[in-house]
Amino acid sequence: MPADVTVLVPSLLRQFTDGHEELRLSVDGPVTLAEMLDVLGAQYPIFNRRIRDETGSLRRYVNVYVERDDVRRLRGTATEVQPGQEVLIIQSVAGG
Amino acid sequence: MVTAQTTVLAIGTKKGLWLATSQDREQWSFSGPHFLMNEIPSIGIDTRGGRTRIMVGVRSEHWGPTVAHSDDLGATWTEPEQGAIRFPEDANSALERVWQIYPDSADRPGVVWAGCEPISVWKSTDGGEHFELNRGLWDHPHRSQWGAGFGGAAAHTVLPSPTDERTLHVAMSTGGVYRSTDSGETWEARNHGISAYFMPDPDPEFGQCVHKVARDAQVPDRLYAQNHHGVYRSDDNADTWTSIADGLPADFGFVMMAHPSRSGTAWVIPIKADGERIPPDGKLAVHRTDDAGSSWTRLDSGLPQSEFNVVLRDAAAVDTAEPAGVYFGTRGGSVYASADEGNSFTEVIAHLPDVLCVRAAVVVG
Repeated sequence: MPADVTVLVPSLLRQFTDGHEELRLSVDGPVTLAEMLDVLGAQYPIFNRRIRDETGSLRRYVNVYVERDDVRRLRGTATEVQPGQEVLIIQSVAGG
Repeated sequence: MVTAQTTVLAIGTKKGLWLATSQDREQWSFSGPHFLMNEIPSIGIDTRGGRTRIMVGVRSEHWGPTVAHSDDLGATWTEPEQGAIRFPEDANSALERVWQIYPDSADRPGVVWAGCEPISVWKSTDGGEHFELNRGLWDHPHRSQWGAGFGGAAAHTVLPSPTDERTLHVAMSTGGVYRSTDSGETWEARNHGISAYFMPDPDPEFGQCVHKVARDAQVPDRLYAQNHHGVYRSDDNADTWTSIADGLPADFGFVMMAHPSRSGTAWVIPIKADGERIPPDGKLAVHRTDDAGSSWTRLDSGLPQSEFNVVLRDAAAVDTAEPAGVYFGTRGGSVYASADEGNSFTEVIAHLPDVLCVRAAVVVG
């Protein structure tokens, strides 16, 4: 049964998602965070580059949560996202 | 309306880019910050082909590095979607910071060089919109022995020879000067005569901490280098280096600038010492040589008599006018400009974030 995975886009990155606050991806089963970002990145490549470097790793000060769980404490970009779940991208507290 | 006499001054800081234009290099009209909360460690102003393109290295602590360009003096910016500089998959590496953007000479239209962290050199043939990794330097057998200076491990200087398309010099911290004479296919360390006092062998083949290198305007085989202690000149295409520090108040510093058109003239901005990184005696001064380093003239007219901030390696530049303009910014966020080759300076803006990069050019278009 297809359902949407929803990605909540931080305000600073909405200039790279045509202003969208949410991105929705219709899936019919679990997908990894990397697979999800690959699909969204094809449509919004600069958004993708702000979150991941060219090796595919999440940038150090970008935190990604799947249903409030930090993916770094799960399986990183290999973390599975279930249909209907929400993915939250937040910049970490860093800088001076 | 931009006239043929307009000079543009670009100031990259730790928290954004400021641009200024002037008709007389005395009164400046500023815009900015562009890219607020992003550091701008590199700027290239390309005035070839009747167009002025400003290219900037942009880096967010959160969202990473990228390169953007503007063909309308900063009114609009373009960022290539896939990234202008992007490591190929087999390099298994990610871009950290763009340290240098260097438009090549007028007879090589579209060619722009970049120096980056991790230590790498890149070449664009489309005006800086896409760059290709130089494999010769990336696969260099010395790579595992190159070190990281405090600011990171980077190729911070890329100098193509204006007369020999096959010859390029690159400077890295730490690693020293490398030269290619086959268009970047192979690279050899070229540091003979440059001291590395901080290593067990003070005269190694490589490992020197060169801070900045500049090429003489008229003598392509002549180079000037400001090192981590030591100011040097080479007259043989970097085969050998000799000290030209006599006459300077200190041999430490980050800046080295060569005159845009006249041979033998260069500028440095000394810092007291590695262990005491302030202007000598707490007084900011530029020093110029007009005889290739045989003697130096202290230039401090218009500069503050008390200043404890330093000038970083790319936070100083000359323009392309005659007489040459000299510009630099401090880590305290003051920017000074001289329209007479450094004989007198004016503070053109103050209280900016730390100045990382300054570039200026007489613009066209």
